[in-house]
Amino acid sequence: MSTGIIILLCLALFVVIAVQVSKLSQLGSQIRGEEHVEIQNTNRNAWGMLLFGILFLVLCIASAWYYKNYMLGYGPHESASAHGGVLDSMFNLTLLFTGIVFVLTHIALFWFTFKYRYSPTRKANFLSHDNKLEIIWTVVPALVMIVLVIKGLVGWNAVMADVEPDEDYLEIEATGMQFAWLLRYPGADGKLGSKEFTKITSLNPLGQDWTDTKNLDDIQPSEIVLPVGKKVKVRINARDVLHSFDLPHFRVKLDAVPGIPTRFIFTPTVTTEEYREKLSKYPEYQVPSDPNEPDGPQLWETFDYELACAELCGKGHFSMRRLVRVVSEQEYEKWLAEQQPYYMSTIRNSDEDPYKGQLLNVDIKERKEAFEARFKSALESKDASGRIIKLEHVNFETGSARLTADSKYELENVAAMLKANPEIKASLRGHTDNVGDAANNLKLSQERAEAVKNFLMSKGVSSSRLTAKGFGQTQPVDTNDTEEGRANNRRTEIKI
Amino acid sequence: MSEIKIPVYNPDKFIEENGFDDHFHEHHHGDKYQSNFFTTYVFSLDHKIIAKQFLITGIFWAVIAAAMSLIFRMQLGFPEESLTWLKPILGKWIIVNDAGIGSLSQEFYYALVTMHGTILVFFVLTAGLSGTFSNFLIPLQVGARDMASPLLNMMSYWFFFLASLVMFISLFVSTGPFSGGWTAYPPLSALPQASIGSGAGMTLWLVSLTLFVVSVLLGGINYITTVLNLRTKGMTMWRLPLTIWAFFLTAILGLLSFPVLVGGFLLLIMDRSLGTSFYLSDVFVGGQALEHVGGSPILFQHLFWFLGHPEVYIIILPAMGLVSEVMSVHARKPIFGYRAMVASMIAIGFLSFIVWAHHMFMSGLNPFISNFFVVFTLMIAVPSAVKVFNWLTTLYGGNFKLTVPLLFAIGFVSMFISGGLTGIFLGNSAIDIQMHDTYFVVAHFHIVMGVAAFFGMFAGVYHWFPKMYGRFMNDTLGKIHFWVTMIGAYCVFWPMHYIGLAGVPRRYYTFDSFETFRHFDGINQFITVAAIITFIAQMIFVINFFYSIWKGKKVKSRNPWNATTLEWSTPIEPVHGNWPGKIPTVERWAYDYNKDEREFVPQYIPPREGEEMH
Repeated sequence: MSTGIIILLCLALFVVIAVQVSKLSQLGSQIRGEEHVEIQNTNRNAWGMLLFGILFLVLCIASAWYYKNYMLGYGPHESASAHGGVLDSMFNLTLLFTGIVFVLTHIALFWFTFKYRYSPTRKANFLSHDNKLEIIWTVVPALVMIVLVIKGLVGWNAVMADVEPDEDYLEIEATGMQFAWLLRYPGADGKLGSKEFTKITSLNPLGQDWTDTKNLDDIQPSEIVLPVGKKVKVRINARDVLHSFDLPHFRVKLDAVPGIPTRFIFTPTVTTEEYREKLSKYPEYQVPSDPNEPDGPQLWETFDYELACAELCGKGHFSMRRLVRVVSEQEYEKWLAEQQPYYMSTIRNSDEDPYKGQLLNVDIKERKEAFEARFKSALESKDASGRIIKLEHVNFETGSARLTADSKYELENVAAMLKANPEIKASLRGHTDNVGDAANNLKLSQERAEAVKNFLMSKGVSSSRLTAKGFGQTQPVDTNDTEEGRANNRRTEIKI
Repeated sequence: MSEIKIPVYNPDKFIEENGFDDHFHEHHHGDKYQSNFFTTYVFSLDHKIIAKQFLITGIFWAVIAAAMSLIFRMQLGFPEESLTWLKPILGKWIIVNDAGIGSLSQEFYYALVTMHGTILVFFVLTAGLSGTFSNFLIPLQVGARDMASPLLNMMSYWFFFLASLVMFISLFVSTGPFSGGWTAYPPLSALPQASIGSGAGMTLWLVSLTLFVVSVLLGGINYITTVLNLRTKGMTMWRLPLTIWAFFLTAILGLLSFPVLVGGFLLLIMDRSLGTSFYLSDVFVGGQALEHVGGSPILFQHLFWFLGHPEVYIIILPAMGLVSEVMSVHARKPIFGYRAMVASMIAIGFLSFIVWAHHMFMSGLNPFISNFFVVFTLMIAVPSAVKVFNWLTTLYGGNFKLTVPLLFAIGFVSMFISGGLTGIFLGNSAIDIQMHDTYFVVAHFHIVMGVAAFFGMFAGVYHWFPKMYGRFMNDTLGKIHFWVTMIGAYCVFWPMHYIGLAGVPRRYYTFDSFETFRHFDGINQFITVAAIITFIAQMIFVINFFYSIWKGKKVKSRNPWNATTLEWSTPIEPVHGNWPGKIPTVERWAYDYNKDEREFVPQYIPPREGEEMH
C-alpha cells in the first residue's frame, strides 16, 4: 500500500516538474529571442542526432558481437540438424544485405540531419524527383529480393519435402495438450497405431484404439531420444487447442492443430554429448550453471536439447518442456530396448483392455521359451525330482477334466519337445487339493491326466511313450490351508 | 549569400479573389448544430471536434495499454520482486506466496498481453491515428467544409466509444478479460473450458471489436467519399498532399478487409454459442471429447490475417503520410519523388492483400502455398525501400530547423528502416521456421508498426497541434519527449532481437522452465527498466498535450510552419465550415518550397506567367 502512495506522490511531483519546465523554457525563449533560441536548439539537436547516430550504429554492432555466442547460428549454436544449415545460411545472407542497407541508410539519415540543419544564409534546394535515381533504387532492391526469394524458396521446399517412399526413417509422434507434450514411438513393428479423440480417457491420453494391434507395442516415453544421423519424421498432433512443436536447436517448428495432423522431417546431426563438448570451448559456458552454487556443474555440462511450445495455448503455455537427447545408434537401441510398451505398462488387463484375460502372442512366446528351458534342464537332471516338470499353464475347468482353451499352448509345447526327443518316455501326473471327497479327487485327477495324454496323442505323440496317472490329494507340494497353497497343489506334472 | 526572405501571404485576399463560392454560410446550419455544449463538444458533427475526440480517446487507451505492458514487463524482468503493491488495483490477479512475494497470476499475465495488443493495434493505432488525422486533415487539406456525411462521421466516433466502453468493462469481469492473444486463434478463443479468459471476457471482446469495425467502416466510407467528391476546385488527385493519399488508401484497405474480420468473428461466435464447427474438430478438453467435428482452426487464421495484414498497413500508411508531409514542410523542400511515393503506397496497399499467409507459414498450411506468399511478401520490400530512399533524399539538401515534429519524422524513418529490414528475414519462410513466434518477431513488429507508427503520430500531433487548439505544444518538453522515446524505444526493442535469435518464444510467462531460454535475465531487466523510462517520457507528452491545450504559447500567425497546404489558410481557430467565406481553389501541388525566389508558395496561389508547374 505504501509503495502505491509513494508512486502516486512521485507522479504528482512529476507533473509539477514538467509544467514548471514548460513554463521556464517558454519564458527563456521569450527573453532570448525566439529565432536565436531556435537556431541554438537546432544546432544542439543536430549534434545530438549525429552523436546518437554514431552511438546507435556502434552499439548495435557491438551488442550483436557481445551476444553472438548465445544466438542461434553463431558461435557454438550452429544448427544441430541436417536441414538447419540451409536456414542459418539464409539468415546470414539476409543479414549481409540488410546489414549493408541498415548501416548505409542510417549514416545517410543522421549525416543529412546534421549537415542540412538550418542556416539563415542557405537555401534548400528544389529537388522534386530524379527518374534515374528512382529507377536505380527500385531495381537494386528488386534484384536483391529476387536473390533472397529464390534461395529462400529452394531451401524451404527442400526442408518441407516429405520422405521418399523407399527412404529409411524413424517415425515418432508428438501430441500437444494443455500443458504437456505427449510423445509416442512406434515400438518393434515400426508403425504407430491408430487413434481417435473420442477414445481419450485418463488412462489412454492419446485415444489409442487398442483393437489396432499396431498400438500394442507403441511406447510413450517421457523424453525424445533420437539416434544421431537418422532421419526422423515427427507426426504433430494437438488434442485440445493449438500448440507448436518447437525444437530451437534443430531449427524445427510447426503448429499442432486439433483435427489436422502436421509433420516435420529432420535429421539430427550432433549428439547431446558433442554439443556440450562444443559449448565447453566458449568462456560464456564455463561458468556455474546455477549462480548460487559456484562449485556446481558448469553451464556447458547442464546443456540439453529441449522441446518447447511456440503457440499460445493457455495459462501454462510457458511450461511445456520435454527433454530431447540425441545419442549414438547403439545407445538408442539400448534405450529403446528398455522402454516398455504403454499398453503393457498401463492398459494391459485394466478395464480398458479389450484383451483383458486373454493370451497375447507375446505371452505364448514367452511361455514357450520358459517351458523349453525347463524341459532342457529336466533332461539334464540326474535326480528324480528334477525330472518332474510342473505344467504351469495347463488348467481345467472347475470340477471337470475339460482343458481350458489356453492350456493348448502349453501342451503344444510339451508335444513339440517330446517329438524333438523321441527317446524320452513321459508319465503325466494329475494332482488335486484336499477340497471335497478324496475318492472323487483321485478319480478327477486320473481323468485329467488322461485328458492331457489324449491331447498329446492328438498332436502326434505315440501312446506307447505316454502313461497317465492320477494321485488325487495324496502328494501335496504346499499347505492345503491357504488358497495359494491349494492352487499350487492343484497341478499337472510331467515326469520324463 | 543573403538572408532568406520568407514571403507573407494573405489567404483571405486570394480566397476572396479566386475562391469558390458554395453559399455555405448563407444557410447558417452550422451554428444550428453547434448551439450548446453538448452539440459542440460531445455529439459534435464537426470533423475537427470528432478528430480531437478520437485523439483524446486514443491517448486514454494508449496510457492504459502501455501501463499494462509495464506490469507484465515487471513480471518478466523482475520475477523475484514483489508486485503486492499492485494488489489494490489488480486484486485477486496478484498472487501472494508464503514468503509474501506477490506475482502476477498466469491467467492475468496473458490477459494483459492480449489487451495490450488489442488496444494498441485497434483502439490506438487505428482509431487514434487514422481516426484523428483522417478526420482532421481530409476536409481541411482537400478544401471541404466538412466530411461528406458529418452524421456518419459522428456515429463513427460514437461506435468507437461504445467499443471502448465494452472493452473497458471486459477488464473487470470476474473471469478476467480475454487472454488468448490479440489474434484470438480458436480453439483457445472458442472454448471457455480451455482458458477462463475465453468466457465472458471473450464475448465482450468480440462485441467490442464488432462495434469497432462498424466505426471503422463508417469512418472509412466517409473518408473515401470526401476525398473523391469534395475536393475543392483545382484539387486534382495528383495535387493532393501525401497525407490525403495515405488516408484515402488506408480507408480503402479498411473497407475491404475489416468486413472479412467480422465474418471470421461471426463464425467464431456461432462456434462458441450455437454449436457449429467452423473452427473446431477433434477437441478433447475439460475431460471430455467435444461433439464438434470437421472444422479447421486454420480457416480462422486465414480470415483473421486477411484483415490482420492489411491492418498493419492501415496503421503504417497514415504515419507514412504524416511523416512525408511533416518532413517536406520542415525541410523546406518538396517531398522527393511525389508520384513514386503515391505509387509505392498504392503498391504496398495492393500487395498487403496477398501476403496474409506469411503469418501462417508454420500453421500447418500446405508448404507449397507458402511459396506464393514469400514472393509477394518480399516484393513489399521494394516500394518500402523506395519510400525510405525518397525520405532520405528529401532531407538531402534541405535547410531545416530541428523542430519536434521533424525530429519525430526522422525518428520514424530510422524505426521504419530498422523494423522493416527484419521483416525481410521473417517474410522468407525458410528463416521463419526458426524465427516464427520468437522475440525476434516481437522486436520486428513493435519497431516497425508500433514505435514507427507512434513516431508518425507524434510528428502529426506536434505539427498540427497549433491548428487544432490555436496554441503550440511546449518545445522543451517535446524535445525531452523525443530524445527519451527515441533512445528508450531502441533500448526496449533492440535487445529483443538477440533473445529471439536465441530461440526464446514470445508470450512466455517465465523463461526459467527451459535451460535454453533462461540465460537472459540481464537483458530482460534492461528491457523492463527501459520500458519504464520510456513510459515516463510518454507521460511528459500527455502532460504537455493537456497543459498546452489551455496554457500553451498562442499561435500568432495563421501559418506558423510556413506550409503550403490549405489547412493553414483557415483562421487560426477555424470556424465550423473551416473557411469563413468562400472556399479556396487550388492552383498547384502541395510542395512548392524554395522553387524560385519565393521560400514557399501555398496551394491557393495562382501560377505566375511562365511558371513551370508540377
